[in-house]
Amino acid sequence: MASDPIKKVSGRAVFVAGDDIDTDRIIPARFMKCITFDGLGDYLFYDVRKTEKGEDKPHNLNDPKFAGASILISGNNFGCGSSREHAPQAIMRAGFNAVIAGSFAEIFFGNSTNLGIVCACASDADRKQLVATIEAEPSTEVTIDVVNQQIQFGQYSIPFEIKPGAKDSFLSGSYDPLDELLEGASSVDAVVSQLAYMQGA
Amino acid sequence: MGKSLFEKVWEAHSVRQLANGQTQLLIGTHLIHEVTSPQAFGMLRDKGIPVRFPHRTFATVDHIVPTDEKSEPFSDALADAMIKEIRRNCEQHGITFFDLASGKQGIVHIVGPEQGITQPGTTIACGDSHTSTHGAFGAIAFGIGTSQVRDVLATQTIALNRLKVRRINVEGKLGPGVYAKDVILHIIRLLGTQGGTGFAYEYAGSVFDNFTMEERMTVCNMSIEGGARVGYVNPDPTTFDYLKGRPYAPKGADWDAAVERWSSFASDPDCAYDDVVTIRAESIAPTVTWGITPGQAIFINENIPAAENAKDAAEKASIEEALEHMHFIGDTPILGTPIDVAFLGSCTNGRLSDLQEVAQYLRGRKVADNVKAIVVPGSQGVSMIAEQMGLDKIYKDAGFEWRGAGCSMCLAMNPDKLIGDQLCASSSNRNFKGRQGSPTGRTLLMSPLMVAAAAVEGKVADAREVFSVHEKQTALA
Ligand code: SF4
Repeated sequence: MASDPIKKVSGRAVFVAGDDIDTDRIIPARFMKCITFDGLGDYLFYDVRKTEKGEDKPHNLNDPKFAGASILISGNNFGCGSSREHAPQAIMRAGFNAVIAGSFAEIFFGNSTNLGIVCACASDADRKQLVATIEAEPSTEVTIDVVNQQIQFGQYSIPFEIKPGAKDSFLSGSYDPLDELLEGASSVDAVVSQLAYMQGA
Repeated sequence: MGKSLFEKVWEAHSVRQLANGQTQLLIGTHLIHEVTSPQAFGMLRDKGIPVRFPHRTFATVDHIVPTDEKSEPFSDALADAMIKEIRRNCEQHGITFFDLASGKQGIVHIVGPEQGITQPGTTIACGDSHTSTHGAFGAIAFGIGTSQVRDVLATQTIALNRLKVRRINVEGKLGPGVYAKDVILHIIRLLGTQGGTGFAYEYAGSVFDNFTMEERMTVCNMSIEGGARVGYVNPDPTTFDYLKGRPYAPKGADWDAAVERWSSFASDPDCAYDDVVTIRAESIAPTVTWGITPGQAIFINENIPAAENAKDAAEKASIEEALEHMHFIGDTPILGTPIDVAFLGSCTNGRLSDLQEVAQYLRGRKVADNVKAIVVPGSQGVSMIAEQMGLDKIYKDAGFEWRGAGCSMCLAMNPDKLIGDQLCASSSNRNFKGRQGSPTGRTLLMSPLMVAAAAVEGKVADAREVFSVHEKQTALA
């Protein structure tokens, strides 16, 4: 499934404050009772967005100013906690193509990359600038230039970090590795034949 | 120069390098459960791709299983659909499934070791971050996302970046009433919840040499809470003794060959590590979390941190957020905080030795009024042996509810949930906001005996005093 390369991501952005935002926060476990990922977008950040009765709380994701945003901005260690892909799936299905944070938890980063969600690490100071800009003017177009590792908004341009492997996979459209893994089948058999515990029916 | 276990296992399972520089890594053993696998089977079905090595995937149900209902259909229709889906997928693809009627069902990280599926020198993956538990056997074991579950089903491999290795030595002797849970909570407190990012943790030193397999599993389990995707202990005679005679362990002449092979994977004495940390066992006291990340932990006799003492603005903000959620006041003791619920179970501390250790102190004691206390064995295997030993009676006499096997209130995908802002003393591994089923619910992580002490006293207490713990008694004596 070679996908289309992702060279840049553009759109409006919304800020969800906080460090250590864990996957239970991104999608509470009770919404994981499902056998497909369809519809998960509705439950993104549910407990911070909704009261126990299901009414909207004041939150940027409920604010019409930020409706239609496709880039999520947050703090450090974003996506820590469980390995559930439900978290990036909820983010993707709520319409986001990219997350800009201080840093990402490892499994979350890998899961997101496989789905084609660009996870960009920007410094605290640069993110502050970005957040100030979009909060003052929510219609600001934010562009994540994957090739040059720059985020442009208004008159600003800030650098971001991304793992080289992830960058390469976005640029070549190979972020979903399944095809390439399938191509390695004969090499897999060779390794399997060397391992005693892999033998048997 | 020698090699670490991580390097040896990695090299033995490397298939090839991928275009983006990642390694295509063979996953020898694949474990699945009902929450993160159905979507993966769906993706294969859509593409018409078969399961490549069905005999190397093993399945169970744990997260959604009610612990107080015995028969299907479950009263929760979504949970019922999920168990039927995994059953159907396993049947269709010829995958071994430890179903509810098998007597072997339980939390995936308890079932794998118990059945002898978890073995040294192997790679193990599961769509669950606590897969690091299996590293206790000297395996490289890690959690994966659902797309990677698909990749393993389709190819028995995943694309992965190589990790660095940090050796963590814990040397000396733990004091009475100080457990494996305290060791890992202390490590996370010291190194931080992100400290392990990019690392595999190799746990070593005299404390680990003397630990039982179940204690090693408790520590490896929570590696991920410290940011490390993988945590392991080198295999040794303790490991081999545990595995001998288990259903999926090699038998006869194969056993001797396996032990020789397994031993060869242990880290060489002269291997290089990317980092080494050494901790004195005597410096560790019973530890309790006070906040909303597992790193927000203190010794039982310490005060809850105050925001004004934070070292920087980020720490100040996170202390404030935690205090607000927990309804705690900075610079006050955690000792004596009234609790509402006591939960004993989970893949961290739901094993037989955990239940035995607590039971020997709980005999003749009573859970405080106003405290709801539940004990949830990690597997049907654990509950069967515990019942043969009469442990269920000790717990019930003390006022605990004795439940069926599953994840239960660790993440509350089944009916066991906190209500409102209840405060729970919990032997599980995560204290995130909302983790135990109520968005405003509050969790204090601690060792099983500390959970029992809190249950008996109705408030956070020092188990060493509540139960007059002097010399550490061995659970399996
Ligand atoms: S017991 Fe808790 S941490 Fe362990 S697998 Fe179940 S839900 Fe996850």
